[in-house]
Amino acid sequence: MSQDVQTRNDTAPVVPPKPSKWRTFLDSDIVYSWKRQPVVILATLVTLVMFAAALFAPWIAPQNPFDPRQLELIDAFAPPMTTSDFTGNFYLLGSDSQGRDVFSAILYGSRISLLVGFAAVIFALVLGTALGLLAGFRGGWRDALIMRIADVQLTFPSILMALLIFGVIRGFLPRSMHAEVAIIVLIIAIGLSDWVQYARAVRGATMVEKSKEYVQAARVIGLPARKILFQHILPNVLRPVLVIGTIGLALAIIAEATLSFLGVGMPATQPSLGTLIRVGQDYMFSGEWWILLFPGMALLLLALSVNLLGDWLRDVLNPKLR
Amino acid sequence: MLPKKTLLATAVIGAMLATAANAETLRWTRSADSLTMDPHSQNEGPTHSVNHQIFDTLIYQDMDVEYQPGLATEWSVKEDEPTVWVFKIREGVTFHEGQSLTADDVVFSINRARHENSDMRGLLTSIAEVRAVDDYTVEVETSEPNPLLPNNFTNLFIMSREWAEEHGVEEPQNYAAGEETYAVRNANGTGPFRVESREPDVRTVFVRNDDYWGIDHYPMEISRLVFTPIESASTRVAALLSGEVDFLQETPVQDIERLAEADGIKNEQGAENRTIFLGMDMGSAELRTADTDDNPFADRRVREAINLAVDANTIQRAVMRGNSQPAGMIAPPFVNGYSEEMDEVLEADTARAQELMEEAGYGDGFRVTLNCPNDRYVNDEQICQAVVSMLARIGITVDLEAQTRSLHFAELAREEYDFYLLGWGVPTMDSEYIFNYLYHTKDGDRGSWNFTGYSDERIDELTVAMGQEIDEEARNEMIAEAWEIVHDEILYIPIHHQMLTWSMRDDIDFQVQSENTPHFKYLKFNQ
Repeated sequence: MSQDVQTRNDTAPVVPPKPSKWRTFLDSDIVYSWKRQPVVILATLVTLVMFAAALFAPWIAPQNPFDPRQLELIDAFAPPMTTSDFTGNFYLLGSDSQGRDVFSAILYGSRISLLVGFAAVIFALVLGTALGLLAGFRGGWRDALIMRIADVQLTFPSILMALLIFGVIRGFLPRSMHAEVAIIVLIIAIGLSDWVQYARAVRGATMVEKSKEYVQAARVIGLPARKILFQHILPNVLRPVLVIGTIGLALAIIAEATLSFLGVGMPATQPSLGTLIRVGQDYMFSGEWWILLFPGMALLLLALSVNLLGDWLRDVLNPKLR
Repeated sequence: MLPKKTLLATAVIGAMLATAANAETLRWTRSADSLTMDPHSQNEGPTHSVNHQIFDTLIYQDMDVEYQPGLATEWSVKEDEPTVWVFKIREGVTFHEGQSLTADDVVFSINRARHENSDMRGLLTSIAEVRAVDDYTVEVETSEPNPLLPNNFTNLFIMSREWAEEHGVEEPQNYAAGEETYAVRNANGTGPFRVESREPDVRTVFVRNDDYWGIDHYPMEISRLVFTPIESASTRVAALLSGEVDFLQETPVQDIERLAEADGIKNEQGAENRTIFLGMDMGSAELRTADTDDNPFADRRVREAINLAVDANTIQRAVMRGNSQPAGMIAPPFVNGYSEEMDEVLEADTARAQELMEEAGYGDGFRVTLNCPNDRYVNDEQICQAVVSMLARIGITVDLEAQTRSLHFAELAREEYDFYLLGWGVPTMDSEYIFNYLYHTKDGDRGSWNFTGYSDERIDELTVAMGQEIDEEARNEMIAEAWEIVHDEILYIPIHHQMLTWSMRDDIDFQVQSENTPHFKYLKFNQ
């Protein structure tokens, strides 16, 4: 608003305008720190490009690799930058053993990787925060029970937990649903294997907040526990959770890739980046390097830049954690 | 047996070889481990491959797939009694744990393999009674004359009755029910190697059985055999290239060329006695995984459409890189009853397939799950993926579920599948085996791998009859008639006959065996 006024009244006396929200944002510590670190700028750009590519995959990709009708087996193993003699299709990054365009497969695959990553982090975040709040605020046997479960789960590597959960959930589902719900099962498995760190962080913070005066004041005036918990404590414990969540996104993307690489995640007909790498590694010695290399690079770039962003955000938002 | 002089000479040569190759270790890998060491529980290739090192059979197929005497030295039909086969049992044979082999153990083993838990019983349905006449003579009486009975014994391993009773494993492991018995992880055979240690799916170590009855008769140059299954194709190849293993049993087709060029490594190739095909449940009223409330596979036109849509030639070119022979029937060319005419591959015709789907009332297609092993046959999962995209073109939406073969076969055996990939080898080299397992109505004994729900009286009759007919010409006519019927019904969708590549260090002298069963007692090192 104020800027609009300024442009219209050039001759008006220069009154320092009230800084806009955008201005405030640009002047903030976050942006200052962001501008001073070229690595973070690069990571942001890469992340944005990959997010956009994943989001707009159906418009960018020449082929829908999840639609088996569009795969041309006869074009299998086309090298990068070639046009097929049989179908006339152009393969920018080559094609794999099923005639799947590697470029399209990466776009659609990173879609799945990001979707699973985000959903799993949100799932773990919500679950962990709720349990952490409960444990930290109520204490007693609830605290003991929740935190002991968390401790036990922490003794297992999270990928092992995810494998276990994946297997158990699938066991309960009828066979005909397996392919359709693979992605949901994957999200739940990764989310469930990852809630502990959120719960621990929230519990600690809650215990600290609980004894602060504003909470005591809220109690004294007789606010219900639910209200104190969600309106007063929750906003104050969210910051560390969001930081863990950002780093957790990179971990969740890698967890999804690991599971799919191990062959328990996304089926080969709907490949995520991990599935593409699993398929590609069979051709490591036979000369078709592009099937493995490009999805591998994509995963590396994605995980690395999200991780760098997460680290940076942690440093800015919560210098104590450094 | 052998004349004394030859025996002495062989002994001397044997001793020389034994010293020369005394500490030769062979490290062996392939994609999958044996499912169980129980010798009669599973009738399955990798399982038999391991058990052939530990156990002996009465008769076995050597590296040229010729029938050779194993624990039986002679066998013949009893004079005047065409239903009785007499087997002379080798004398002086001991089991690894010291028990001596007698006819009683043979009787016990054959009867054990006839138990309902045994996957081997389909080979033994003609048997009425097995008896020990004396310590070294066994008579097998069949209900009708069975001219091919000895062919059915090539994977029938002989175990010790005493040992089985001691460890409570008189009955074979019930594999489909996931049973664990002592015999699953322990084995006591008479074979060329003893098991030193076993960790399923990780490593099995065998040591040479220096008391082996054939120690002077076979090269037996390996003193220690280490079997490490490696599921990932590239890891398997890397292991051979880096010298971590010496012998790679199933070379991935994409790496054949690379290994041929590598220093110090060679490939051995040949046709395998195995056909890969798709099976469909056409018997159930409703499919388990389909989105229809009927069974589309029950309609012959749908099966014909699938057969026309699945392009075996493109699969051969793209998925197998030429290392297969596209098939029109599910019998490999070695097998009696094979016909070139029936093995001819249909030209893929999506338009005609689409028409057939419409005629059958499935113009809008349907959805079904295809189950596939991912570590059993050459590029099995890839074949299934190709099938998925080929069937998508005629409107059939296929959800692919590919998993490790121990799960695949257990679930297949529990009849949980609508649509599946399977490979079939014919160790007896005769069509009767195929009809017996894959086409005969699934009852207690026969048709144990017929998960199609197909049941035809004439086929059942012919199957039983071809097991009993002695007159070769009449028998071959029956086989031809049976093939005619099933070919017309399109019960399975044949894909190809598998080709086999073994890769190894180039100082190893070992040819491929079309059963894909390496008998390591024959392996020689070129000095």
